[in-house]
Amino acid sequence: MSTLGTLHTPKQVADRRAQAPHTSMFARMLLRAAVLRRRRAASALLAMIVAAAVATAMMNLYVDVQAKLRTEFRNYGANVVIVAKDGQSLPADALAKVESVLGAKTMAVPFSYAVARTKAGQSVVVVGTDFTRARQLNRWWKVSHWPDAPNEALIGMRAAAVVNPNASPNRQPFELTFQGKAIQLAPAGMLQTGAGEDSRIYLDQSEFQNWTGVAPSTIEVAANGTAAEVETSIRQLAQLLPAADIRPVRQIMEGEANVLNKTRATLYASATLVVLTSALCVLATLIGWVFDRRRDFAIMKALGASERLINGFFAAEAAALGVVGAILGFFIGIGVAVWIGRVNFHAPVVPRFSVFPYVLAGSVAVALISAILPIELLRRVQPAIILRGE
Amino acid sequence: MFPRIVYESFRRQARRKLLAGIAITLGVAVATAMIAVATDIGDKINRELRSYGANLVVTPQEDTLDVEVGGVNLKPPSDGAFLNEADLPKIRGTFWHHNIVGFSPMLPVTVKVGGSAKDVTLVGTYFNKALTFGKEDFTTGVRITHPWWKVSCGDGKESPKCGWPADDSQNVLLGERLATKLNQKPGDTIEIAGRQLTISGILSTGVAEDDQIVAPLALAQQILGKPGAVRRVYVSALTKPPDALAVRDPKTMTPEVYDRWYCSPYVESIAYQLQEVIPHSHAEQIRQVAQNEGTVLARIKGLMLLITLAALFASALAVSAAMATAIFERRIEVGLMKALGAGNLAVSAIFFAEALLLALVGGIAGFSAGALLARQIGRSIFNSQISIEPVLFPIIIAIAVFVTFAGSAAAIRRAVKFDPVFALRGEG
Repeated sequence: MSTLGTLHTPKQVADRRAQAPHTSMFARMLLRAAVLRRRRAASALLAMIVAAAVATAMMNLYVDVQAKLRTEFRNYGANVVIVAKDGQSLPADALAKVESVLGAKTMAVPFSYAVARTKAGQSVVVVGTDFTRARQLNRWWKVSHWPDAPNEALIGMRAAAVVNPNASPNRQPFELTFQGKAIQLAPAGMLQTGAGEDSRIYLDQSEFQNWTGVAPSTIEVAANGTAAEVETSIRQLAQLLPAADIRPVRQIMEGEANVLNKTRATLYASATLVVLTSALCVLATLIGWVFDRRRDFAIMKALGASERLINGFFAAEAAALGVVGAILGFFIGIGVAVWIGRVNFHAPVVPRFSVFPYVLAGSVAVALISAILPIELLRRVQPAIILRGE
Repeated sequence: MFPRIVYESFRRQARRKLLAGIAITLGVAVATAMIAVATDIGDKINRELRSYGANLVVTPQEDTLDVEVGGVNLKPPSDGAFLNEADLPKIRGTFWHHNIVGFSPMLPVTVKVGGSAKDVTLVGTYFNKALTFGKEDFTTGVRITHPWWKVSCGDGKESPKCGWPADDSQNVLLGERLATKLNQKPGDTIEIAGRQLTISGILSTGVAEDDQIVAPLALAQQILGKPGAVRRVYVSALTKPPDALAVRDPKTMTPEVYDRWYCSPYVESIAYQLQEVIPHSHAEQIRQVAQNEGTVLARIKGLMLLITLAALFASALAVSAAMATAIFERRIEVGLMKALGAGNLAVSAIFFAEALLLALVGGIAGFSAGALLARQIGRSIFNSQISIEPVLFPIIIAIAVFVTFAGSAAAIRRAVKFDPVFALRGEG
């Protein structure tokens, strides 16, 4: 036995035993087994760590990625629209109420509409809004220059031809009239969206209201969260603003739900495959490790150890391996998940410690299974046959 | 002698070899399935992203401004230019026609409903219209391009009594809010622009159409008195996320660059091709849809790529762990061979030959299992096939052989280095 190699004279042995801490035989057997077969133990532990790390990373991502993707989907803009009933205006405090319900993270942008006339008598839709908010909500708007001075307007691609047909990069001021009231506006930049916005002219809300006296009739809201959370927000808003119609934008909501569901299902399938493969890896390594120590097993049996003790010994060893592997693997896995979050989503993944019990239980279970399997096989063999090396 | 040793090793240690073979098969199966899913996920998600609706709109070149507030069109009805309905099937003749999922023409008309003095907008469109281009028959309409449009009997209830009108009928859909305002329900007859029309269902979209009437295109053209007129066409196309080439002006390109741009399914080049086939038209991307799909697609693809890497890593580790265990157990055999005068090279050759055999058999079995798994994933999640490229087969086999070799190498080196005396004495 290789254990004999570390013992020298009886005196040295006696000295060492006297100095050694008084640990139980059981604990010492566990420790010596790990120390003496460092290499095999290390490879078994490594397999355990890798499996636990992969499982942790997958579970973390599975939970977090959905939240991450939802924020990506908010780039599609508003998913809830609040419209005043029958073409009236919303109450003046509507925007403040919306924000108080939905919290600061949600984007809410007011819009007010009026049809004005150009000098040539053409009708054009003029919209009053809050440019800072609109810019955050509608990121797909292609704008050459956002208005930043008083009486500057954002001109839709197609509206530009109407308000100032001659000059092409027209920075010349133009005049609009609404119910006999005229206003001089300077074009700040062009707006291109490919949709209805291209035919409109956008003004700052307060300037718009001074000119037309029309208050916001629409608030577009980008509500964060799951479909159920958005539903709750809609119900809360409906209670708060009885004078308004609150509608989900089905195009955005259903598109998001569809893509998200498919992605989640794919992610789930892949994560299951990856976790199963790494469990297989642990199983293969650990079975090899235990099988390799059939001599220890035979000697223990030959020295009269009960089957229960031997089973307990190997089970304790496997459990210890599982626990250590799970703890180390958990932290590595969190690191991997954070790295993936940063590389792919440019945002940190929040470590989820709630995953830990599952990883721990799974690791110990796999370790126990892979220890018990070979022991069951070995139990049927006479110790003498193993010791003879057959 | 060499083939015999290998053959006998497989015959006598069938169970051990089976275990290692199973590990390789499973590892390769997972790797194949993950690679197949990851390479196809872009295409699959791209199709799912079409549920956001059209990403291109075609308008007449000389179009006047839309004057629309709250779903009501304030523009004089016959004002402005129109596209010709007869030109629409040509959309199927563009270079990227396979990427065009569907298109819907729209013709808004301002009408008076019943006795009320208020103007209501009626939009004529295709619901699920059968068209022919060349020898190809296809159907298109809002049911493809606007999948979130929902038709019910009002109150959100669905029943066979109410549904989508036929494209050649005189039936209309009433917007949800308009129906409440007018107090109408499916089956009722309603007077629109002097005609008695039947309401076949209540339409809910969450936006402007809730205040409008949606009718078959032919009916809208009759009301307007302009047969064949179409105000705009929404086109839903599968596109490639934009890159530096996509946004360049085709007029400034050299012929080679132009060909490359023209033959890439960018939203810009598809718009350009639509303009080519529809006379006097202007095609534009709907930026809300077109600009965002690229980012969503890139995120999901990136995620799958990273997970595939994790899967490859885990299966490589599982295969090498199985191989290492299998070889470690045969130290005594190695000792015997070396005692009989075999060199390190000869012993390694035997092990590598065995590993190669295992990798080939496990690789082929794993590839087939992985292909089945990928198909299953495709069918259950995306309702469509995930196709396995045949070119993947040699790559997967090569990876299997490489990983098996790499996994065995360390174990073989240790087994070969082991002193035969210790091995034969049974001291490991």
